Amino acid sequence: MSNVTIHAIFDDEEPLLASAKTLRSNGISIKDVFSPFPVHGLDAAIGVPRTWIAICAFIYGLTGLSLATLMMWYMMVHDWPTNIGGKPSFAYYMNMPAFIPISFESTVFCAAHGMAITFYLRCWLVPGTKPKNPDPRTTDDKFMMVIETKEENRSNIESMLKKDGAIEINNSDFKYRN
Amino acid sequence: MHAESEIREPLILGNKTYHQISEDIVRPIEGKATKQWYMLLTLATICFLWGIGCLAYTIGTGIGVWGSNNGVDWAWDITNFVWWIGIGHAGTLISAVLLLFRQKWRMAINRSAEAMTIFAVMCAAIFVVLHTGRPWLDYWLFPLPNQFGSLWVNFNSPLLWDVFAVSTYFSVSLVFWYTGLVPDFAMIRDRAVKPFSKKLYSLLSVGWGGSARHWSRFEEVSLVLAGLSTPLVFSVHSIVSMDFATSVVPGWHTTIFPPYFVAGAVFSGFAMVLTLLLIMRKVYRLENYITVKHIEYMNIIIIVTGSIVGVAYLTELFISWYSGVEYEQYAFLNRATGPYWWAYAAMMTCNVVSPQVFWFKKLRTNFAFTFVMSIVVNIGMWFERFVIIVPTLCRTFIPSTWNMYHPTFIDVGIFTGTIGMFFTFFLLFTRYFPVIAQAELKSIVKSSGQEHKEKAKHHHAH
Repeated sequence: MSNVTIHAIFDDEEPLLASAKTLRSNGISIKDVFSPFPVHGLDAAIGVPRTWIAICAFIYGLTGLSLATLMMWYMMVHDWPTNIGGKPSFAYYMNMPAFIPISFESTVFCAAHGMAITFYLRCWLVPGTKPKNPDPRTTDDKFMMVIETKEENRSNIESMLKKDGAIEINNSDFKYRN
Repeated sequence: MHAESEIREPLILGNKTYHQISEDIVRPIEGKATKQWYMLLTLATICFLWGIGCLAYTIGTGIGVWGSNNGVDWAWDITNFVWWIGIGHAGTLISAVLLLFRQKWRMAINRSAEAMTIFAVMCAAIFVVLHTGRPWLDYWLFPLPNQFGSLWVNFNSPLLWDVFAVSTYFSVSLVFWYTGLVPDFAMIRDRAVKPFSKKLYSLLSVGWGGSARHWSRFEEVSLVLAGLSTPLVFSVHSIVSMDFATSVVPGWHTTIFPPYFVAGAVFSGFAMVLTLLLIMRKVYRLENYITVKHIEYMNIIIIVTGSIVGVAYLTELFISWYSGVEYEQYAFLNRATGPYWWAYAAMMTCNVVSPQVFWFKKLRTNFAFTFVMSIVVNIGMWFERFVIIVPTLCRTFIPSTWNMYHPTFIDVGIFTGTIGMFFTFFLLFTRYFPVIAQAELKSIVKSSGQEHKEKAKHHHAH
């Protein structure tokens, strides 16, 4: 039996959500959904796991904090301690209050940029790549559900989609990558 | 879908479909630029070029061409730096703080406010780079080992904190702004017909397709970046204020500075957002998106922050008297009654007295009046920074160093140049970039659109 890819187009979020729930309750998995804006409740409805990107940001932030601490300890306390305005640099903890601003800025810098880079690479959003949406209307006002299934299930799924309000159903051989 | 109380006023007027929102946002980009746009751009570019000329003259000759002198060694440069960086703060406040507070009205204004932030920080950076005197050696500000031995930069100094704060602020704001733009660029790409614009927006939209997984990550990134930018924006102006507050100069050495500077920054930033948006909504016919309610909300923030600034001014006066330190007392007496009394009077009138008129609903919902007030506030906030810097430095501890400060042609030229640069960039932004975060707007049109709200109301009545 050959595999087919079904593209179902919706013109609003409610029928899309309803349809996703119907399909899932019938044990049909949804490969992806393309929408012009984030549809709330969709992740749970189609089973998208929660992203780890915030945890990555936390780790990047800790890295930034450690790097800043190491840098300031090395430059101000270890390598060339100077007595500035009667405030000698004997030990890291003595200078600590003066080091807080840069520790903070460096934490934010690494967390923000690390997370942004992770986001762009994980989604493979890099200049020069082809648009990832199979139908250009999905960035304007249409919502597209992508279902990969066996040929024998097709008519069943298509009738479910139609019943829940899909306005258009196509088959396609568009190649996806997540 | 999220339901919203019916007594909340709609944020999107008229009956807007998703497609219509795309049309409205893309119109200035796909349409022909108007004559006014070209005229404004020409004017802004002339100012910008004049500024570049003055800047080149300063670099070629040295900062002796400025009015700064031995006593008043910080003057227009730092005044303008603090003014510009303060203006930038409203952008981050709107996009980050209002996102954390789930304020939907931010969605119509955050994009242009963030653009304003980025351009304003660029203007501010010009003064920082120049005021060092030898800008080609500005890499000395970074923690690099130098050729004389490993003498490092001074991490105890607020001036260095500033280098880190401003560069972090600029780069993080840029990333935040760009990430938000990606889905909107993709929308423009998918409807572009001309090959050049197709290519340009394909490049800018980096292949965005709006898949559910990508949206989920996108939302997480926006939320975390907002969470990071919120303390960042407060830290930046706090650190700017520490450039003054950690010195021993009377009038500067006060603990009130960080919160007072932050409130002033938000105050002037919102004024600048109003100046820009009141013109933009008319020129690009965005009246249905940037409504009177948005203007009113911003004016309310102006009253709040203006009042905080007012309380700070009065606290400074009270504490200088109460401290019993005669140097402190003289610094403030000199500000109010000394040779620069007119700057102090302008500051007090523009920042403390004038925003209070916004207590009247008639005035805070009047566009023409708000426009005038937004300019008044920005003039006032420029004078605030001038008052903090120049009158303080022209009368310090040793009377023999007392000195008047007069700006030169070059000082004025560079400042005008930064205003020209700011408007040049902003005009280009409004022409080629989506000025409203349309993807976000589409997600609230059902809960906050006028048509949908009225329908919901009817539904309830029956």
